[in-house]
Amino acid sequence: MHYDVSVLAHYFPYFLPAAWMTLQVTVLGIALGLALGLGTAFLQLSPRLALNGPARLYIYVIRGTPLLLQLLFIYYGLRGVLGLAAVPSAVLALGVHNGAYIAVIFAGAIRSISGGQMEAARSLGMTHARAMRRIILPQALKRAVPPLGNQFIIALKDSSLASTITINELLLKSQQLASSNFMMMEMLTIAALFYLLYTGLFTVLFRRVERRLEAGGYA
Amino acid sequence: MIEIRGLHKYFGDNHVLRGVDMTVGQSEVVVVIGASGSGKSTLLRCVNKLERFRKGEVRIRGEVVPEDERAINRMRTHVGMVFQHFNLFPHMTVLGNVMEGPVQVKGVPRAQARRTGLGYLEKVGLGDKVDAYPGMLSGGQKQRVAIARALAMEPDAMLFDEPTSALDPELVGEVLGVMRELAAEGMTMMVVTHEMGFAREVADTVYFMDEGVVVEQGPPERIFETPEQPRTREFLAQIL
Ligand SMILES: Nc1ncnc2c1ncn2[C@@H]1O[C@H](COP(=O)(O)OP(=O)(O)OP(=O)(O)O)[C@@H](O)[C@H]1O
Ligand SMILES: [Mg+2]
Repeated sequence: MHYDVSVLAHYFPYFLPAAWMTLQVTVLGIALGLALGLGTAFLQLSPRLALNGPARLYIYVIRGTPLLLQLLFIYYGLRGVLGLAAVPSAVLALGVHNGAYIAVIFAGAIRSISGGQMEAARSLGMTHARAMRRIILPQALKRAVPPLGNQFIIALKDSSLASTITINELLLKSQQLASSNFMMMEMLTIAALFYLLYTGLFTVLFRRVERRLEAGGYA
Repeated sequence: MIEIRGLHKYFGDNHVLRGVDMTVGQSEVVVVIGASGSGKSTLLRCVNKLERFRKGEVRIRGEVVPEDERAINRMRTHVGMVFQHFNLFPHMTVLGNVMEGPVQVKGVPRAQARRTGLGYLEKVGLGDKVDAYPGMLSGGQKQRVAIARALAMEPDAMLFDEPTSALDPELVGEVLGVMRELAAEGMTMMVVTHEMGFAREVADTVYFMDEGVVVEQGPPERIFETPEQPRTREFLAQIL
């Protein structure tokens, strides 16, 4: 099979709008996922069934079905109801999907902080909410950072599924170009390089955040 | 200062406290001793309502604290607690730990909380560790920070749950030293401990608990020299 390295540089600029689209869908999806995840984590940790029940159902449904199915469900389902365009549909799907996984990450991190921390805070006279905010969450967030970084990288790659609902992101772009220039491997290579670039950036960013928190100096 | 009357506590079917009476007067040091599982920690935790109980009452400064979150939180600002495992806040500096309660709960201005916090850290001998994080301290230092954190709330009474049990033997002395000093200054204290030397020397009254009841109580000399109850004698024979 013929593989022409020299075309890579030539086609690189053609991918820039798609690379930007991938980044947008990923970042917005993650932002939505973080908000949903934190909220769901609190609901899940509540002793009240009326609160933890829906949270657990949400996590069960989302983790139990494929993202591609969720994406198509939201795209075709909500297009009629909300008139939602493709990009918002993708962001919503990615957000709702990651929200479930991020909820599990947050809930686990909060649970991992020893009960003694809550007791010490309460014994100073703090309310439950204040103890959560001042004492538990800062420690839990720190523990959540490594798994969150991992989840963000997964979300980046999952954003490629948005190609199935006509969003012109990296993967769809590579397919479109390949169908006219017949250089499938080269086009896939360029898309891959962009994904690797983003993954590298995320990794560096997360290591920074971790180190920043480390500077807090706690054991 | 602290009055416990007819206190019963259950964990499920486990009847852990079976009608406990105890009084801790103003500036009195009460030491509670007893075998593992006899309910000492549970009793202490009922005083500041970290545990809720079904029957009996606890009076703090003459008042029964109502079953109301705000009232309970207010009561806790008057009753300091020191834990076996310190429970310092690891994401805050030593001074941050000590300022947290006054600033967040009592609304003391930061500058003032800082001044009083530094004062209490001096008092427990850690004036040079204010900017350290708990992870960098020895167990004895951690427990002294925990004591300073409780003192910074300027409580009327302090509860200690085996404050030296998690410490290496050579670090026990520095914590007991701080507690001895507090007692001498007139702090009202309720102390669960296995340190019989401390009990003998510092306690005004020693309570011996077994299986959820107070078996015997009295001044330390009497409890240690001439225990009346066979169970007390047995326990002391084992531990001394
Ligand atoms: N949170 C809890 N849930 C269920 N049972 C508990 C709980 N805490 C304590 N218990 C039980 O209550 C009884 C008394 O425990 P407690 O911790 O008060 O004893 P203790 O005298 O402090 O013992 P130790 O010297 O080991 O600290 C024990 O049987 C224990 O198993
Ligand atoms: Mg105990």
